[in-house]
Amino acid sequence: MPDRKIKQISVISGKGGTGKTSFVAAFAYLGKDLVLADCDVDAANLHLLVAGRPGDGKAEPFKSGFKARMDADVCAGCGRCLEVCRFHAVRLTEGAGPGRGNPVSIRELSCEGCGCCVDECPVSALSLVENTAGELYVSPSRFGTLVHARLAPGEGTSGKLVTRVRQRAVEIAYRQGAELVLIDGSPGIGCPVIASVSNADGALIVTEPTVSGFHDLTRVMDLCAHFKVPACAAINKWDINPDLTISIEEHCRKREVEILGSVPFDPVFVRALTAGVTVMEYGESDAAMNLNAIWTALQNFLRKYGNGDSNAAAN
Amino acid sequence: MSTTVAIASGKGGTGKTTLAVNMAMSSPSQVLLLDCDVEGPNVHLFLRPEYSKRESVTVLKPVFDPLKCTGCGQCRKACRFNAIVILAGKPLFFEELCHSCGGCVRRCPARAIKESPTRVGSLEAGTADGLFFAHGLLDIGQSRSSPLIARVKEEGMKRGLVLIDAPPGTSCPMVESVRDADFTVLVAEPTPFGLHDLKLAVMTVRKLEIPFAVVINRADLGDESVKIYCFENAIDVLGEIPFDRRIAVLCSRGDVPSVSIPEYRAMFLAILERVLCRIEK
Repeated sequence: MPDRKIKQISVISGKGGTGKTSFVAAFAYLGKDLVLADCDVDAANLHLLVAGRPGDGKAEPFKSGFKARMDADVCAGCGRCLEVCRFHAVRLTEGAGPGRGNPVSIRELSCEGCGCCVDECPVSALSLVENTAGELYVSPSRFGTLVHARLAPGEGTSGKLVTRVRQRAVEIAYRQGAELVLIDGSPGIGCPVIASVSNADGALIVTEPTVSGFHDLTRVMDLCAHFKVPACAAINKWDINPDLTISIEEHCRKREVEILGSVPFDPVFVRALTAGVTVMEYGESDAAMNLNAIWTALQNFLRKYGNGDSNAAAN
Repeated sequence: MSTTVAIASGKGGTGKTTLAVNMAMSSPSQVLLLDCDVEGPNVHLFLRPEYSKRESVTVLKPVFDPLKCTGCGQCRKACRFNAIVILAGKPLFFEELCHSCGGCVRRCPARAIKESPTRVGSLEAGTADGLFFAHGLLDIGQSRSSPLIARVKEEGMKRGLVLIDAPPGTSCPMVESVRDADFTVLVAEPTPFGLHDLKLAVMTVRKLEIPFAVVINRADLGDESVKIYCFENAIDVLGEIPFDRRIAVLCSRGDVPSVSIPEYRAMFLAILERVLCRIEK
């Protein structure tokens, strides 16, 4: 194994729609020698801003867990599966009932693949089949390789897929001699977010001065503290509510979370997005200038908190 | 009979909470508003409800009795989530992988496994301005939100209108929130991100066989692609909320536009009426 450590920085937010992906795309434009990992696997968008030819990537199936399958010809309709299933995944078919000799059916989106129904079925009408829960792609982008994925609608193993995306991005970074994996995370604090931040060298929380943004910022700060990931923050659309921006800054100072910078509300975000380019490429703007400053601060943050000697080793 | 309408979106930050709160506040009839975004619940920031109920929500996790356990490894075989490994003749349990299916308990020949409640978060319920409200709050570090969402949904009423504010995305938390709804409103923003994630959300609600329609938020900020997509796929657009800095500023403070701006009250009420009209059909 190479003796240098790839740094991983995860961009998260708690609340959705604060600008994670636009920030990551801007950093991708500004950075050198990086690999991009879009870990918002249920609504991946980064490719829309950075991929030269979308959908060009090589697709790999993502197999995860199982789903129960029912053979209606064998089912005796005893209803035992209905009793043991804790996920409401067994449904009576029209006019059927337990013990009436009518088959039941499986609600695929509710089935978690525990196999309890399979183990308990007295006539072996149920079996477990391997589940393909989505696809993973390695795509060339305008700013380095992009690893992204698509979770099949309604699937439940997003954390596992996020971990797979990150692993693949790190492998590629080793091969290419890249120093940094830049992770675009998902909203919330649940399994995909935990998988996006755990063991990362740092997390940048993109927030906004709204009561919702502030509330969710504190939750995601708690999450970073819980998993011992060094966190910093940036405030997007700061001028929507300047008073709340000050409150957020004060709160971050109290919790020793460094604020790397602020970006005003700027229609250039939507314009760039509509044009399919990063904010940096859409002409001069205050937003571009601020993003540039945040990127510089983020690199300093990484030097301070990321694994200290990895820089020396990389040279 | 009660009617349940879920408000969902693929992309985050499109305005689900704004729509849910404003529809609830402009409704002339009794409403129960359930915030099922248990990872980042925000509805309470707008309603500032008076709470009448606070309780812990738990899931069942196996507990192994070392005196009874023979180390036979049947529990490991029963667990499809690899949450149990046998080490030196003893089961080792990885709680974060457990789905609480109860398979190991049933399988154990020595009856050495019991189930014990483990906290995953909390449920809070109350009222605000004659509106009923409940939400869930996932504990930090917990990864599975579905059991908590299911618990929040149990607060449903026998009569009247239930509005569900769903979490973003298209994976299990969103599915758990919308799957029993009579109708789903998908909130989309008219940008390439919004369109991309709207398509994924449409695939999900179609798979769930739930009737749905779209509301476009910040309708004048992006492009026409969401409207064109809806038109080409025969998806109803029930309303277009303009980008208005007044809305942005009010919402940033936790204020509700339909309370302070009459024209918005009329607009959100009209969207709600169109939803109810489609359910009747």
